[in-house]
Amino acid sequence: MATTPNKPAVAGKSAQQGFVYLPLIAGWLVPGAGHFLLGKWGRGALLAVAVLTMFILGLGMQGKLYTSAQDILDLLGVAGDLGSGILYFVGRAAGWGSQPVQTTVADYGTKFIVVAGLLNIIAAVDAHNLRTGRKSS
Amino acid sequence: MIHPSHFAAVLLFALCASTVFGITMRDTPRKMVRYGAYCFVLFIGSAIVLSWVMFLIAR
Repeated sequence: MATTPNKPAVAGKSAQQGFVYLPLIAGWLVPGAGHFLLGKWGRGALLAVAVLTMFILGLGMQGKLYTSAQDILDLLGVAGDLGSGILYFVGRAAGWGSQPVQTTVADYGTKFIVVAGLLNIIAAVDAHNLRTGRKSS
Repeated sequence: MIHPSHFAAVLLFALCASTVFGITMRDTPRKMVRYGAYCFVLFIGSAIVLSWVMFLIAR
Protein backbone atom coordinates (compact mmCIF):
# COMPACT_ATOMS: atom_id res chain seq x y z
CA MET A 1 0.00 0.00 0.00
CA ALA A 2 2.10 2.89 1.20
CA THR A 3 5.42 1.10 0.80
CA THR A 4 6.33 2.21 -2.73
CA PRO A 5 6.79 5.95 -1.97
CA ASN A 6 9.50 5.03 0.56
CA LYS A 7 11.66 3.23 -2.00
CA PRO A 8 13.32 6.33 -3.51
CA ALA A 9 14.06 7.65 -0.06
CA VAL A 10 15.72 4.38 0.96
CA ALA A 11 17.67 4.22 -2.29
CA GLY A 12 18.76 7.83 -1.83
CA LYS A 13 19.87 7.14 1.72
CA SER A 14 21.97 4.14 0.69
CA ALA A 15 23.52 6.13 -2.15
CA GLN A 16 24.30 8.91 0.35
CA GLN A 17 26.10 6.42 2.60
CA GLY A 18 29.19 6.21 0.40
CA PHE A 19 32.42 5.31 2.15
CA VAL A 20 31.47 5.45 5.81
CA TYR A 21 35.05 5.33 7.06
CA LEU A 22 36.07 8.54 5.27
CA PRO A 23 35.34 10.85 8.26
CA LEU A 24 37.22 8.43 10.54
CA ILE A 25 40.31 8.39 8.33
CA ALA A 26 40.16 12.11 7.54
CA GLY A 27 39.63 12.94 11.21
CA TRP A 28 42.63 10.84 12.16
CA LEU A 29 44.91 12.32 9.51
CA VAL A 30 43.88 15.97 10.00
CA PRO A 31 42.41 16.97 13.38
CA GLY A 32 38.81 18.15 12.95
CA ALA A 33 38.59 17.11 9.29
CA GLY A 34 36.10 14.31 10.01
CA HIS A 35 33.63 16.82 11.43
CA PHE A 36 34.34 19.29 8.61
CA LEU A 37 33.35 16.58 6.09
CA LEU A 38 30.03 16.21 7.90
CA GLY A 39 29.41 19.95 7.92
CA LYS A 40 29.99 20.29 11.67
CA TRP A 41 32.23 23.31 11.24
CA GLY A 42 32.10 24.66 14.78
CA ARG A 43 32.80 21.34 16.45
CA GLY A 44 35.52 20.51 13.95
CA ALA A 45 37.22 23.84 14.54
CA LEU A 46 37.11 23.44 18.32
CA LEU A 47 38.46 19.89 18.12
CA ALA A 48 41.22 20.97 15.73
CA VAL A 49 42.20 23.87 17.99
CA ALA A 50 42.24 21.63 21.09
CA VAL A 51 44.36 18.90 19.47
CA LEU A 52 46.70 21.33 17.70
CA THR A 53 47.16 23.38 20.87
CA MET A 54 48.12 20.31 22.87
CA PHE A 55 50.50 19.10 20.17
CA ILE A 56 52.18 22.49 19.73
CA LEU A 57 52.39 23.08 23.49
CA GLY A 58 53.98 19.65 23.85
CA LEU A 59 56.61 20.45 21.26
CA GLY A 60 57.08 23.91 22.80
CA MET A 61 57.85 22.28 26.13
CA GLN A 62 60.50 20.24 24.29
CA GLY A 63 58.50 17.06 24.58
CA LYS A 64 59.65 13.96 22.74
CA LEU A 65 58.05 12.40 19.69
CA TYR A 66 58.38 8.65 20.13
CA THR A 67 60.22 7.15 17.18
CA SER A 68 60.88 3.53 18.09
CA ALA A 69 59.54 1.02 20.56
CA GLN A 70 62.28 -0.35 22.82
CA ASP A 71 59.83 -1.58 25.44
CA ILE A 72 56.09 -1.76 26.04
CA LEU A 73 55.84 1.80 27.39
CA ASP A 74 57.61 3.15 24.31
CA LEU A 75 55.22 1.14 22.16
CA LEU A 76 52.26 2.77 23.90
CA GLY A 77 53.90 6.15 23.37
CA VAL A 78 54.31 5.49 19.65
CA ALA A 79 50.65 4.40 19.45
CA GLY A 80 49.53 7.57 21.20
CA ASP A 81 51.72 9.80 19.05
CA LEU A 82 50.46 8.11 15.87
CA GLY A 83 46.95 9.25 16.82
CA SER A 84 47.91 12.78 15.79
CA GLY A 85 47.95 11.62 12.18
CA ILE A 86 49.72 13.94 9.79
CA LEU A 87 51.07 16.07 12.65
CA TYR A 88 53.17 13.12 13.79
CA PHE A 89 54.55 12.40 10.32
CA VAL A 90 55.33 16.08 9.71
CA GLY A 91 57.00 16.27 13.12
CA ARG A 92 59.09 13.20 12.40
CA ALA A 93 60.07 14.50 8.96
CA ALA A 94 61.00 17.90 10.38
CA GLY A 95 62.95 16.41 13.27
CA TRP A 96 60.74 17.99 15.95
CA GLY A 97 60.78 16.42 19.38
CA SER A 98 63.91 14.44 18.70
CA GLN A 99 65.87 15.69 21.73
CA PRO A 100 66.03 13.44 24.80
CA VAL A 101 63.82 14.45 27.73
CA GLN A 102 66.00 16.17 30.33
CA THR A 103 63.64 18.41 32.29
CA THR A 104 60.35 17.95 34.09
CA VAL A 105 58.64 20.35 31.69
CA ALA A 106 59.87 18.29 28.74
CA ASP A 107 58.26 15.25 30.35
CA TYR A 108 54.97 17.18 30.60
CA GLY A 109 55.41 18.04 26.92
CA THR A 110 55.87 14.40 25.96
CA LYS A 111 52.60 13.58 27.72
CA PHE A 112 50.86 16.51 26.01
CA ILE A 113 51.89 15.12 22.60
CA VAL A 114 50.69 11.60 23.44
CA VAL A 115 47.37 12.88 24.81
CA ALA A 116 46.88 15.10 21.74
CA GLY A 117 47.03 11.92 19.65
CA LEU A 118 44.62 10.06 21.92
CA LEU A 119 42.15 12.96 21.89
CA ASN A 120 42.38 13.08 18.11
CA ILE A 121 41.44 9.39 17.94
CA ILE A 122 38.40 10.08 20.15
CA ALA A 123 37.41 12.95 17.83
CA ALA A 124 37.83 10.78 14.71
CA VAL A 125 35.69 8.01 16.22
CA ASP A 126 33.05 10.62 17.08
CA ALA A 127 33.02 11.73 13.44
CA HIS A 128 32.59 8.09 12.41
CA ASN A 129 29.69 7.68 14.84
CA LEU A 130 28.02 10.79 13.43
CA ARG A 131 28.50 9.43 9.91
CA THR A 132 26.98 6.03 10.67
CA GLY A 133 24.13 7.51 12.71
CA ARG A 134 25.23 5.88 15.96
CA LYS A 135 25.37 9.39 17.41
CA SER A 136 22.29 11.43 16.57
CA SER A 137 23.76 14.93 16.18
CA MET B 1 60.76 26.99 24.85
CA ILE B 2 57.60 27.16 26.93
CA HIS B 3 58.10 26.81 30.70
CA PRO B 4 54.67 26.62 32.33
CA SER B 5 54.34 25.92 36.02
CA HIS B 6 52.85 22.59 37.00
CA PHE B 7 49.48 24.20 37.70
CA ALA B 8 49.51 26.13 34.41
CA ALA B 9 50.23 22.86 32.61
CA VAL B 10 47.30 21.26 34.44
CA LEU B 11 45.03 24.16 33.38
CA LEU B 12 46.06 23.90 29.72
CA PHE B 13 45.72 20.13 29.73
CA ALA B 14 42.30 20.27 31.39
CA LEU B 15 41.04 22.95 28.99
CA CYS B 16 41.98 21.01 25.84
CA ALA B 17 40.93 17.59 27.14
CA SER B 18 37.56 18.81 28.45
CA THR B 19 36.84 20.57 25.16
CA VAL B 20 37.24 17.28 23.29
CA PHE B 21 35.36 15.28 25.94
CA GLY B 22 32.46 17.75 25.93
CA ILE B 23 32.07 17.71 22.14
CA THR B 24 32.45 13.98 21.68
CA MET B 25 30.53 12.61 24.65
CA ARG B 26 27.28 14.61 24.38
CA ASP B 27 24.74 15.29 21.63
CA THR B 28 23.50 18.84 22.04
CA PRO B 29 25.56 22.04 22.38
CA ARG B 30 24.07 22.84 25.79
CA LYS B 31 24.95 19.39 27.14
CA MET B 32 28.40 19.61 25.56
CA VAL B 33 29.17 22.84 27.40
CA ARG B 34 27.87 21.47 30.69
CA TYR B 35 29.82 18.22 30.36
CA GLY B 36 32.97 20.04 29.24
CA ALA B 37 32.75 22.34 32.27
CA TYR B 38 32.12 19.34 34.52
CA CYS B 39 35.22 17.56 33.17
CA PHE B 40 37.30 20.72 33.55
CA VAL B 41 36.30 21.14 37.19
CA LEU B 42 36.99 17.46 37.87
CA PHE B 43 40.45 17.66 36.27
CA ILE B 44 41.41 20.75 38.27
CA GLY B 45 39.72 19.61 41.46
CA SER B 46 41.32 16.18 41.42
CA ALA B 47 44.75 17.70 40.73
CA ILE B 48 44.38 20.03 43.73
CA VAL B 49 43.07 17.29 46.04
CA LEU B 50 45.79 14.81 45.01
CA SER B 51 48.45 17.50 45.42
CA TRP B 52 47.33 18.12 49.00
CA VAL B 53 47.19 14.37 49.69
CA MET B 54 50.76 13.92 48.42
CA PHE B 55 51.90 16.99 50.39
CA LEU B 56 50.43 15.59 53.61
CA ILE B 57 51.84 12.10 52.97
CA ALA B 58 55.31 13.54 52.34
CA ARG B 59 55.35 15.45 55.63
